[in-house]
Amino acid sequence: MSTDLLPGFDDPVRDSQQSYRAILNAFGYPGSHQRPVILEEAPAPLMPATASILLTLADQETPVWLDPTAETPAVRSFLSFHATAPVTDKPEHAVFAVIADATSFEGFGTFGQGDHSYPDRSTTVILQVASLEGGSRITLSGPGIKESTTVSPKGLPQSFLQAWGRNRLLFPCGVDVILTSGRDLLALPRTVRADEGE
Amino acid sequence: MNSADHTASKSGASAARLEYGSELTRQQWLSALAKAPLDEFEGQWATLTTPPSYRYLRKPEVGLAMVRGRTGGTGQAFNLGEMTVTRCSIRLSSGTVGHGYLAGRDTERAEKIAVLDALFQEDGALADKIVPILKAATAEVRMASAQKAAATKVDFFTMTRGENL
Repeated sequence: MSTDLLPGFDDPVRDSQQSYRAILNAFGYPGSHQRPVILEEAPAPLMPATASILLTLADQETPVWLDPTAETPAVRSFLSFHATAPVTDKPEHAVFAVIADATSFEGFGTFGQGDHSYPDRSTTVILQVASLEGGSRITLSGPGIKESTTVSPKGLPQSFLQAWGRNRLLFPCGVDVILTSGRDLLALPRTVRADEGE
Repeated sequence: MNSADHTASKSGASAARLEYGSELTRQQWLSALAKAPLDEFEGQWATLTTPPSYRYLRKPEVGLAMVRGRTGGTGQAFNLGEMTVTRCSIRLSSGTVGHGYLAGRDTERAEKIAVLDALFQEDGALADKIVPILKAATAEVRMASAQKAAATKVDFFTMTRGENL
């Protein structure tokens, strides 16, 4: 019995619905900052927003892959108790993947890409970054964005834009990404084009 | 079912004594807490000198559990039906986690069971003090209702009617 087990949502039904709405808005308006319902305390090294996403979306049918940083007993017991979600060590089988340490990012190739019959079966990658603001500017365009918008996440992996470009070539397959930092998140659906600069 | 219960408790008890310092397994005390008559349960709850401080891991919630049983005569497990179950999980300020499950929708009691489960894990002697009282009360209620039912029992018998003679 782990003594590290932390409480989940205060009101699981309302809080997860409200968080679901935040995530839905994030995907509907790529690049926009959204805030899900935040837990009093999230199991380290998960950021509060990451923990909320997992509590909202993960369940017994969605294997979660954790990077070596996130793969701690506290996170495992948290996921299995509150979300009843299995933890997998095979990223290609994961429905959700958590990259807690962005410097360990090695591209999206190892994750589930979906197939042409079921492109929805790809992995949704949750990438924790230092901040959603203050980094170098990236211009986003695509469905859900009128002309273009800019984001400037800080602490993105060096190879992120290159990897994202490759991911876009796989359309309709490929992963979707949620960037989280602290209490906030922004989503990059696979349809979004990301270019360096303004 | 009786014999299975018996062997399970025998083998489990020795391991549990090491783990919690109680003569009972966790399974046994959770069962006793969930089945005891409400007044006796509340009575024992009231004997706790200091109400422990704790926080919720999972607030009391009411749900359904599928009850399965070998009722078909072929030996296959069968989905007999669903029953209402209430559960709650708490963590004492000392860090011990307790779970409470019981039939019905008594959320307050589910919470108290969770607290007692955590307390018993920390202090097995407390379980040895409270649980036998609860078990005795449960047995008493069962006996009373069995006696009441037995009094209404009708024995049917058929005399030989002699059609084939």
